Amino acid sequence: MIKQEKMAVVSQQEIAKNIFELTVTGALVQEMTEPGQFVHVRVADSFEPLLRRPISVAKIDKEASSFTMIYRAEGRGTTLLSGKTERDTLDVLGPLGHGFPVEAAEQKAYLIGGGIGVPPLYELAVQLNARGVETVHILGFESREAVFYEDKFRALGDTHIATVDGSHGTEGFVTHILNALPNDFDTYYSCGPTPMLEAVQWAYPQKKGFLSYEQRMGCGIGACFACVCRTTKSETDYIKVCSDGPVFPAGVVIS
Amino acid sequence: MTDLRVQLPGLDLKNPIMPASGCFGFGKEYAQLYDLSQLGSIMIKATTAEMRLGNPTPRVAETSSGMLNAIGLQNPGLEKVVGEELPWLEQFDVPIIANVAGSLAEDYVEVARAISKAPNVHALEVNISCPNVKQGGITFGTDPDVARELTRMVKEVSGVPVYVKLSPNVTDVVQLAKAVEQGGADGITMINTLLGMRLDPKTGRPVIANITGGLSGPAIKPVALRMVYEVRRHTDLPIIGMGGVTEVDDVIDFLSAGASAVAVGTANFVNPFVCPELIAKLPERLHELGYESVHELIGRSHRL
Repeated sequence: MIKQEKMAVVSQQEIAKNIFELTVTGALVQEMTEPGQFVHVRVADSFEPLLRRPISVAKIDKEASSFTMIYRAEGRGTTLLSGKTERDTLDVLGPLGHGFPVEAAEQKAYLIGGGIGVPPLYELAVQLNARGVETVHILGFESREAVFYEDKFRALGDTHIATVDGSHGTEGFVTHILNALPNDFDTYYSCGPTPMLEAVQWAYPQKKGFLSYEQRMGCGIGACFACVCRTTKSETDYIKVCSDGPVFPAGVVIS
Repeated sequence: MTDLRVQLPGLDLKNPIMPASGCFGFGKEYAQLYDLSQLGSIMIKATTAEMRLGNPTPRVAETSSGMLNAIGLQNPGLEKVVGEELPWLEQFDVPIIANVAGSLAEDYVEVARAISKAPNVHALEVNISCPNVKQGGITFGTDPDVARELTRMVKEVSGVPVYVKLSPNVTDVVQLAKAVEQGGADGITMINTLLGMRLDPKTGRPVIANITGGLSGPAIKPVALRMVYEVRRHTDLPIIGMGGVTEVDDVIDFLSAGASAVAVGTANFVNPFVCPELIAKLPERLHELGYESVHELIGRSHRL
């Protein structure tokens, strides 16, 4: 069930260049079901900035009733968000949307992420491992200073890093790593820039795949029709990224 | 006990608060969050004769204390709205105001005739003010003669009272209000969004795919309030006021300026519970101001 709650900030720290890890606590956490869902965060109590910011969920701790977001501070809203400290509360609406189906994976899954699309894959990796699924992580970043959670992913399975400038791991994109890896997995999950999702989708037409999309949002719950995409499922309708997604099976979204 | 009830043509409202058209879909999303029967009314998303896919994305952009949108009247079309959306809304004890749009006058007539027969549709809101479609919409809302004639045509076929939604993108909104009054309108809803744009400073490109969009949110409230005030002074039609309503004092302001009820738009995106919260806060605020009913407050700025 979707809730709106003033959640208490537990911690906030910069874990890579302009990348912040923010943990908050509150009852809303108990409503979270799938990795890959997101929350809609109000960064100021005033009208400035006005709209909520959609942010993915990177880690869920139901026992502590807390969850962690990882985001890049780049615009006005996320920069304000990065200033929140343990003394603050945060107006959170969520959990929203449909996440990654963990039950789809059988034995081995590839988790392919790019940049700020990496965070939701962490909770996904945790939950897949808990189900006995082997996870391999292929993660792309701009450069060494933008890399985060490498050790955390390594603790859960094989982890391959690509950086665009070659300052860490393989030089180039995640696809360069994928080309060199065996095809011995049954399911892939991916989150990142749309061109990356497209490339991943084309690379594995025969595999089960789930992709998390991004689109500029208004309400975050499906009412405003801002974040629509065309779909292969219907010529006469759109799908909404916020409420039908953000995760869709491969082949559904026309981007 | 503060009396929140308001009587308008076709509408027996238990309170003067309703979500504005285009900001609430057909209610399903918000029904996950609260009981829609609490609302005074619901202005459902604009309905056209045929389904419309709307504009390309990005469709929204944030601006100072507001937002731009160019959704482009995406809706499933008359048949689905009458056959599925409206029957679904019947489970709630709330009168529906159906927003009617089209490209040609005949489209408006077709939608008005059919949708006004739905048992829970108690009034129509004729959308002559959508700034985001190439044909129809605002082109009917800027020429008084065209607006009067369209109002007359819709009024002729509608089984329920007809409200006309006015655009702020005109030189003289009073002239338009008078025109739709002459065309037989039972009421006015105002204002729709203000045409605007936002550029990406790095590239100079418009942020919204449609290039321009409609500005809404707290940024436009002063414009809306001024227009409601002017129209109240110069016509006798009841007004449902809107434009940036976010807090209970915004409701007080619109009622004071002469609106009989108030619609809430963009604020639903910021706080999805805003409508029930405003309804809950209104009695206490009225009481603090020395009023025992919404009715007493309506138009008070004109009686000072």
